[in-house]
Amino acid sequence: MLDTRSQCFHCGKPIEATDGFPVEIEGDEHRVCSESCRRVVDLIEQRELGQFYRFRDGPTGTASARDQVEDRWAGYDREALQREFVTQHEDGARSAHLLLQGVRCAACAWLIDSAMTAVPGVRSINVDPVTTRAELTWDPSTARLSELLAQLARLGYTPCPYTEDDADRVAVEERRASLKRLIVAGLGMMQVGSFAVAMYAGAFQNMDADIREFLRLISLMVATPVVFYAGWPFFVRAWKSVRERALGMDVPVSLAIGFAYVASVWNTFIGSGEVYFDSATMFVFFLSGARYLEMMGRHRALSMTGSMARHLPGTATRIVDGQAEEVGVMELQPGDRLMVQPGKAVPADGLLISAEARLDESVLTGESTPIRKFAGDPVVAGSLNLTHAAEMTVQRVGAETVMAQIGRLVTDAREQRPKLVELADRVASWFVTSVLLAATLTGLVWWQIAPERTFEIVLAVLVVTCPCALALATPAVFTVATTALARRGFMIRRAGAVQALSQVTDLVFDKTGTLTVHDSVAPEVTPLGALDEDAAMDIAAALEACSEHPLARAFPAPQVAGEAQDVRAVPGAGLEGRIGEQRYRIGTREFAAELFGDAAAAAGAEERRLVYLAGEQGLLAEFDIAERVRDGARDDMQRLASLGLDVTIASGDAAVPVRNLAERLGVGASHARLKPEDKLRFVRRLQEQGRNVAMVGDGINDSPVLAGADVSVAMGSGTSLAQYSADCVLMSPTLEPLTEAFALSRKAMGVVRQNLIWAICYNLVALPLAATGVLAPWMAALGMSGSSLLVTMNALRLGRRQPVPATAPVADQPTCCKSVQESAS
Amino acid sequence: MTIIYLLIPLGLVVLVLAVGAFFWAVRSGQFDDMDTPAWRILLDDDSAPPKEKPIKNKES
Repeated sequence: MLDTRSQCFHCGKPIEATDGFPVEIEGDEHRVCSESCRRVVDLIEQRELGQFYRFRDGPTGTASARDQVEDRWAGYDREALQREFVTQHEDGARSAHLLLQGVRCAACAWLIDSAMTAVPGVRSINVDPVTTRAELTWDPSTARLSELLAQLARLGYTPCPYTEDDADRVAVEERRASLKRLIVAGLGMMQVGSFAVAMYAGAFQNMDADIREFLRLISLMVATPVVFYAGWPFFVRAWKSVRERALGMDVPVSLAIGFAYVASVWNTFIGSGEVYFDSATMFVFFLSGARYLEMMGRHRALSMTGSMARHLPGTATRIVDGQAEEVGVMELQPGDRLMVQPGKAVPADGLLISAEARLDESVLTGESTPIRKFAGDPVVAGSLNLTHAAEMTVQRVGAETVMAQIGRLVTDAREQRPKLVELADRVASWFVTSVLLAATLTGLVWWQIAPERTFEIVLAVLVVTCPCALALATPAVFTVATTALARRGFMIRRAGAVQALSQVTDLVFDKTGTLTVHDSVAPEVTPLGALDEDAAMDIAAALEACSEHPLARAFPAPQVAGEAQDVRAVPGAGLEGRIGEQRYRIGTREFAAELFGDAAAAAGAEERRLVYLAGEQGLLAEFDIAERVRDGARDDMQRLASLGLDVTIASGDAAVPVRNLAERLGVGASHARLKPEDKLRFVRRLQEQGRNVAMVGDGINDSPVLAGADVSVAMGSGTSLAQYSADCVLMSPTLEPLTEAFALSRKAMGVVRQNLIWAICYNLVALPLAATGVLAPWMAALGMSGSSLLVTMNALRLGRRQPVPATAPVADQPTCCKSVQESAS
Repeated sequence: MTIIYLLIPLGLVVLVLAVGAFFWAVRSGQFDDMDTPAWRILLDDDSAPPKEKPIKNKES
């Protein structure tokens, strides 16, 4: 399916080194892209678990070399930190809750299970491949947690501990309770249904009155738990909606169930009239089924993304009396001295003590260029230390940090979100009121004509007009649409998001991380001097191999140039070094040109992210390490525009790259240098003009605007806070599902409208029939069921559009640990 | 037809037992993960017996 020669056997990334690393699995030769992947494959082969590769769904992840070392996890051995995510068993064993980055399919769960249970000290590990959560139970007397976490990382799955919070437990409880209710309703319905068939048949064949009474009594016994156990949530919600004076679907539903049940009980005991136990139980079952499906879809989407926003902050290195110790971030106090290792996130707001440091504050500002800070400068929690270990003093921790304040901005923005009145709700309350009026009216009229038939006819009216079809019309469509979109890599987290998506008129994109991606794709080379592309690239790569600058990561490993000597980094300018006899400089145009002392060459458009390589004779090459535009972004922009959406780019980045990108993608409007508040203000302004705005973003800086937009989409590779504040999460590596989401949501609303129209037309026809006494309650129940079935089938049409493409988008795996350890705290 | 006076209550007893069994299954978490167990059977463990028998998992 994939070209296996150029792709890593394990992680699927392109192999950049000429040969890759050879590995052997189950007797076959394969090649992997890196040393880390090789270690993972070797470990799997060594444990004789190679069949994993035959069963897995697609390429799996690899933990970074740093994560595979035990020291990395040492902080998690501390009792204070373990209290947050570990439960102690009576026999001394402990259980840790972990999120595993890179778990894709059930085969991964099997691999982890098989490999980890063989490790001494591990009692069990339960992996849920859907939520990527795991519960690891181990014996602290034989194994340390850090050892086991490193072992998981060596298997290719980076673990990150998280606190199981109440919401999870509530969700599990809710799921289990609904399942129990559903099964009670289902089994009860079948029983009561079979008795009802017997009674209907008996009515024609002169059934014994005794047997009839007996069947009625049995039906009553079975229907009672169905109504009061399985149907209880309907009564509760109906009562709530009456108290809040907003008549919902549950009111007539409860009235119909309640009336049918009470009347049947009454008739059973006086031994005359009709019983409607069958209608009542069928009703409860159908409605519970619809609600259950709806809830499952919601929970699945929530659990995939919500948990990421809840995990524990990592550890920090505190310096006490010159001694470094690993402590949990929540143990920090203002005034503590901290050591921040390169590549790690600053754990709290504070002041820099070290003379100089380079920090990446992109999670906060969206600005991806590193910022230089000097002793005494404030540093912000969540920013990334890039160059060397830096010392700092803590000023603010936890909720007082800038990060946490942005979090509050998110909450505020969310509360002020313009309220969309849901179409179904609007129709429902109008509809419910008229049904209740009609039923009362019918009752009054029949009371005058024939009091003895009043009850039967009012019940027929209630059942036939029962908004079952109406109640199903919207949730069924939304469930189908949500599932169809999830299969394409577009997760919906909020219930009303489908409707909101269909009403969007304006689409605002963040730039970095959304329209562009940072990855290790080699920069574009333009030779300027004697060297050809490959040679220039090689020299640049040799120089950059000595640098820890984030842009240096864009260069591949050097091939033939050999090692660069005497490499000197000039912050803000570039690198100088010697390869063989030649001196080279790489960096800004000005800096590179100084090497051969030509001022003319130094002049020229200074454009960010263009890097120049110079030798002693002159400029050699120009490298464009502009972030790569997301695959197919241009086509996607066109498709979005063809749906009639106004697309705008709103970025925190500098004006030039933003404008360039807008031109490349064919997007007309772009705004640069926007702070989180500015973006929010921009969206608010659009909303004031009556536009419905969808925001697509990935960073923490986007979170407030994501929460404030009418509907928001976070990138699956983005930060957890962004995902937490968004309504939808785009899990695929391309923007394509976004277009599909807009198209499908509009189609879904079309189907909702069809369903509502059908439900109303049906009622307009059935109501007079029932009110005039033509329909018996059992006919009404049949009509109601048929109508519901039709509505459900109509909704299912949405799901079976075109077949899912063979290469289903694989979620670009969570970011969970990476983003949080780098950002949160 | 008097037999139905016995058979139907008997059917109800079976129904109660079925519901009880189902409740137990739900409570012990058997419906929490519907995907993994289907896979376990396909991946035969025979080729790689764990060095020591893992201690019986008490939660699932």
